[in-house]
Amino acid sequence: MEIRELTCINCPMGCLLTVEMDGDEIKEISGYTCPRGKTYAQKEVTNPTRIVTSTVKVVGGKRERVACKTAHDIPKDKISAVMEAINAAQVQAPVVIGEVLIPDVAGTGVDVIATAHAV
Amino acid sequence: MKNVDIVIVGGGPAGLAAAVAAYDNGAKDVLILERDEQLGGILNQCIHNGFGLHTFKEELTGPEYADRFIQQVKERNIPYLLNTMVMDISPERVVTAMNREDGMFEIQAKAVILAMGCRERPRGALNIPGYRPAGIFSAGTAQRLVNIEGYMPGKEVVILGSGDIGLIMARRMTLEGAKVKLVAELMPYSGGLKRNIVQCLDDFGIPLRLSHTVVDIEGKEHISAVTIAQVGPDRKPIKGTEERYTCDTLLLSCGLIPENELSTAAGVELSPITNGPVVNESLETNIKGVFACGNVLHVHDLVDYVSEEAAKAGQIAAKFAQGAIADETDKEIVLKAESGVRYTVPVTIHPDRVDDQVTVRFRVGDVYKDSYVSVYFDDNRIRHQKKRILAPGEMEQVVLTKKQLAEYPDLKTITVKIEGE
Repeated sequence: MEIRELTCINCPMGCLLTVEMDGDEIKEISGYTCPRGKTYAQKEVTNPTRIVTSTVKVVGGKRERVACKTAHDIPKDKISAVMEAINAAQVQAPVVIGEVLIPDVAGTGVDVIATAHAV
Repeated sequence: MKNVDIVIVGGGPAGLAAAVAAYDNGAKDVLILERDEQLGGILNQCIHNGFGLHTFKEELTGPEYADRFIQQVKERNIPYLLNTMVMDISPERVVTAMNREDGMFEIQAKAVILAMGCRERPRGALNIPGYRPAGIFSAGTAQRLVNIEGYMPGKEVVILGSGDIGLIMARRMTLEGAKVKLVAELMPYSGGLKRNIVQCLDDFGIPLRLSHTVVDIEGKEHISAVTIAQVGPDRKPIKGTEERYTCDTLLLSCGLIPENELSTAAGVELSPITNGPVVNESLETNIKGVFACGNVLHVHDLVDYVSEEAAKAGQIAAKFAQGAIADETDKEIVLKAESGVRYTVPVTIHPDRVDDQVTVRFRVGDVYKDSYVSVYFDDNRIRHQKKRILAPGEMEQVVLTKKQLAEYPDLKTITVKIEGE
């Protein structure tokens, strides 16, 4: 039996959540004071995801970097692989907001897109 | 001298939203003055997501949120000047500015909207002993270096202060390959959002040490180490709790201060609590026709509320510029912040000038659980709302309607307070 401790992020209460796990199966969730806490804990222990934001190197423009993000959330354990791909990438100016900079980053099926313009 | 109906000082989130609202409320002669080389203000360097949940019902990054408003400004052909620094605002609303193309120039405005934002509390204001070497940055400076200029300030980082920018930078520096050793926070609680503590610190195993501060900085040319100590309830370091951490970078995230040099020079009265202008229901300062909104007025935690407040300022400034606003009368209601409420914005309400409603924004001074936000019209409690949690890091608001105000024609004082039951 594995015990996982989490802090709920839905409001400033920051309830301390305890999840009892048996392998991949949730046995019990406690510590939440509203249903959002329970849902959050379920997602965090079974399929935690994050949107990764960073910058990509720009050549041939006025700016050194352009801001970017994964178009959707990606599995949390893929964050470092995504960062490696972002750091290896280089794009040519101009870049427009929303433009795909890295398709299917690190095999996640999610694109990295520009979140700013770069001239 | 050039004449403009509404001059907006600052092209960040507040200035942009104010400009759009002023235009949409009939003021077609609006000019935004921005000192940076692009519109958008600090949002341009806030590349993380989480902006705009209230306004656009989606989670945007800072530059994306700014772009939504920049597009609205461009669609309306609202003029703006970049790389333009405002030097002075006179009580007669003459704005003196300068840039490389036009040199120094003056504009006579019918209305001025202050939207200069805020700046970070610097090391000099924190009384940290030790040497003054290179390698100490405010968190926002580091954010600009990393996100805009593509330059890493260092590899071994200690962060003092757990404000949101500090937490965001802990994650950002980690993702870029730095080792963030810890975040030290003087207070027994963090001023940052729970979401940031979890996703910026816990996700990467970065410790948050509450009730801790930096008591020494080592390194003559460049910072080489800091000493952290625990503080007692009096916030003084406790002897024997010192721990030394080697580092090449110290980031400071110790609070934001509204940037009011221009306002002060213009004779605008400031609140000693918010460090922003004292305003009435119209977000108008003590100088007629000079309005304030966004972080120059009081520091916000959500940009959505900045946009909302700024839109109100733009709407009222438009009415003022068209001569369509009622003059202030003697009928003035004073707002008081008591028992746990640190301040209110606005500070006075002239009921004759209220269109439909007034939003009163405030912050509490401590963490309160299962408490009530109460509003008293003189001695009558007209609102008593239960809150599961109230925290200093989260701005609160109550909305007062014109109808409510009309029910109390002789009202002198409105008190906002926190009550246990």
